[in-house]
Amino acid sequence: LALLPLRAMAQADPNAEMVGTPDDFLAGATAGTGDLTLTAPEIAENGNTVPISVDAPGAVEIRVYALGNPTPGVASFRFGPLAGAQAASTRLRLAGTQDVQAIAKMADGSYVTAMKTVKVTIGGCGG
Amino acid sequence: MASGVKPRVKAPKKASAGEVVTIKTLISHKMESGQRKDGSGNVIPRSIINRFTCEFNGESVIDIVLAPAISTNPYFEFDAIIPEAGDLKFTWYDDDGDVYEDTKTVAVG
Repeated sequence: LALLPLRAMAQADPNAEMVGTPDDFLAGATAGTGDLTLTAPEIAENGNTVPISVDAPGAVEIRVYALGNPTPGVASFRFGPLAGAQAASTRLRLAGTQDVQAIAKMADGSYVTAMKTVKVTIGGCGG
Repeated sequence: MASGVKPRVKAPKKASAGEVVTIKTLISHKMESGQRKDGSGNVIPRSIINRFTCEFNGESVIDIVLAPAISTNPYFEFDAIIPEAGDLKFTWYDDDGDVYEDTKTVAVG
């Protein structure tokens, strides 16, 4: 899938960072607010495993970013024709207290975004 | 081959045609982020699972790209539509080129 923007990385191979940054994903478009729910804890005792969920009915893709991590990309979820809901849950690493952002690309090409601040008492990502 | 990698999937064995089912997957993997340093200050090379896909009878349910910020032992929960009897196929792609697969058969009735 060659349509994802690649990002130059100092110590990893060129394919390493496929999720990129919010700017890569938006490519100049503006994300509004809308039917996107980002669920994350207000306080995470352990930044190494923070449960999050995203839910955006009608989305074709949702990307998640941890804006305070060394590399902000977390994951990209692309929903196929047999997805039962445009929703998914996973666990992520947060280097410290920061904003987690989700951006959904809707079927009509528009973007919606949602942001949550997560307070972390023990960092992930090395440290 | 990364050591100790074991995929686990929780999916229903039976569904009614057109039913939406919830699937949970977890794969044990250390997910070395490429950000950490060892005792002598050298960066430990990145070693993560970089992609996960789920298909039902060859049609895509979800296709996920993972970055180093995904936790150790990557966990995913998502919903799939089961239009007919068939196989759910799960595939994980490792940075080192390994591919791990699991298949769950779903009966309709």
